Amino acid sequence: MDGTTVKDVSAESASVLAAYRRMVAWRIAILAGLAVLCLAAFVLDLVTGPSALTLDQLLAGLLSPDDLTAPQLAIIWQVRIPYALMALLVGAALSLAGVEMQTVLNNPLASPFTLGVSSAASFGAALAIVMGISLPFVPMDWMVSLNAFLCALGSVLLLQLLARLRDAGVETVVLLGIALVFVFNALVAFVQFVSSQAALQQLVFWSMGSLSRATWANVTVLGVVLLAVTPFSFLASGRLTSLRLGEDRARSFGINVARLRFMSLLRVSVLAATSVAFVGTIGFIGLVGPHIARLLLGEDHRFLLPASLFTGALIMSLASAASKVLVPGVLLPVGIVTAIVGVPVFLFLIFWRPGRSA
Amino acid sequence: MSDVDDRLRVSRLSTGYRGRRIMQEISLPAFHAGDVTSLVGPNAAGKSTLMRALAGLLPATGSVRLQGRELIGRPLVEWSRRVTYMPQSLPQGVALNVLESVISALRASPMGATAPQRAALERSAVEVLERVGIIHLAMESLQHLSGGQRQLVSLAQVLAREPRVLLLDEPISALDLQYQLRVMRLVHELARERGMIVLIVLHDLSIAARWSDGIVMLSRGGVAATGTPAEAITSETLARVYGVSASVECCAKGRLQITIEDVLDDDAAFR
Repeated sequence: MDGTTVKDVSAESASVLAAYRRMVAWRIAILAGLAVLCLAAFVLDLVTGPSALTLDQLLAGLLSPDDLTAPQLAIIWQVRIPYALMALLVGAALSLAGVEMQTVLNNPLASPFTLGVSSAASFGAALAIVMGISLPFVPMDWMVSLNAFLCALGSVLLLQLLARLRDAGVETVVLLGIALVFVFNALVAFVQFVSSQAALQQLVFWSMGSLSRATWANVTVLGVVLLAVTPFSFLASGRLTSLRLGEDRARSFGINVARLRFMSLLRVSVLAATSVAFVGTIGFIGLVGPHIARLLLGEDHRFLLPASLFTGALIMSLASAASKVLVPGVLLPVGIVTAIVGVPVFLFLIFWRPGRSA
Repeated sequence: MSDVDDRLRVSRLSTGYRGRRIMQEISLPAFHAGDVTSLVGPNAAGKSTLMRALAGLLPATGSVRLQGRELIGRPLVEWSRRVTYMPQSLPQGVALNVLESVISALRASPMGATAPQRAALERSAVEVLERVGIIHLAMESLQHLSGGQRQLVSLAQVLAREPRVLLLDEPISALDLQYQLRVMRLVHELARERGMIVLIVLHDLSIAARWSDGIVMLSRGGVAATGTPAEAITSETLARVYGVSASVECCAKGRLQITIEDVLDDDAAFR
């Protein structure tokens, strides 16, 4: 006892509270900065491409379409904008999925693909491409995405079921997930082995990860999914932060960790499966987006979750722009470029630790 | 409040892990509000298991009643309003600062019916840090703390929730001599002030004897001795439970003086 009554806040406490509030304000500023950077990267992505369109032309295309030729309008509305939007959305979705996964599995190496989500999606796509599975009223290119989505979601549900049967801890979940990765990779290899030359080529291209499949329709679907899932993630942010203090401690604080983990993995699988279904396998974003966000803002998930959305969208947007200019005249699959663009940013942040922000 | 039974009563409690029962129908003397009880015993005696069962973290049968209310079979969120458990360690590599971690402990689930306002919550987090004596670490990252400092932060997190029953699993194992005593004194004071029931797992019998109102000595998943420190810690119980020869004397201030002499029989402790 040092003589102070509980109601008094000492000078030191007052200065700590002030420092804490400054830190919160600083984090909000960083979030705003990331949002601005995303917007800038989006614009850069829009004006980058084989057919040279200037910013003026682009704005004209948006505001007064009569000034442009029909091909220019087509490029802006059917190619550039859906591609650029898809880049933002996929980056945001995979990064949000990654951060949730890293937290609930207590594993910094976790990403949406650790548990076989992308392998399962590839398997689903492979089945649709090679076997030509179809449903009435569903067009073929949607069939591939739909099948990829169903397999990805199914694999996560299977994983959850296995984990529940054994009452397993996080390590077991990760091990089971890795086992699923190998199973699905083997199945994909098997399908490739028995498939025709043409189907094989289509399959390889599918699994590379490319924004060239972006259309207004699938941009809308992914946008709606992201809008629907994100609020639930944000609502869980307090519980996710508490989970970082240890599972037993979080449970003793009244958090139903099993349920939190299940709901979180469900969100992860919906986000990752939808993304992978539309653009194929794009690794790295889901792993590194969250780490960059964590280095910048720490692990208070009220800030970490939105920051991860932004960092993922930003890297993906920059990668999309880079994919159009790295090899002149060639649009590289963006999956190849994400690591090339992302690694320097990541290394920079690791070696230049921003103070003691957390 | 006075006519409400505010004791914690544990009777015929059985618990353990999946497919492995650790404790079979143990009953303990009632724990009184304001009392500090130390849980002692050799390694693998079941101390942490009992703590986790009392926190509602393990499947259990039997009866755990607090203030006349049965807790066994109730959902975790109900336990969490009354009982808080401090595990032995904080996880490594968490990018939160000390104050954030305490705020997060408060925010996890409201202790009362309503959640306190944000400013009130931040204030009580700061007050706890001041009380534990680590206000100067408030803005430090958990990653930069020493083992002892982390233990103090861990303690601050659970104290912040102001539970009726506080379960501390080896809270002073990483602390230096001075902080061991400071923490024990703080826990003792808070128990008295708040009328809190404190159960604390300790390895150091001298500290347990000095700062506890009661002792529960466990051995191989059962209760070996209970009572006041002088009743529970005797050369006979030390020989039987720990397999050591020791002399226990009551010195001038009424405190127990425990002198461990030697291992009785090399096999006894590991049998």
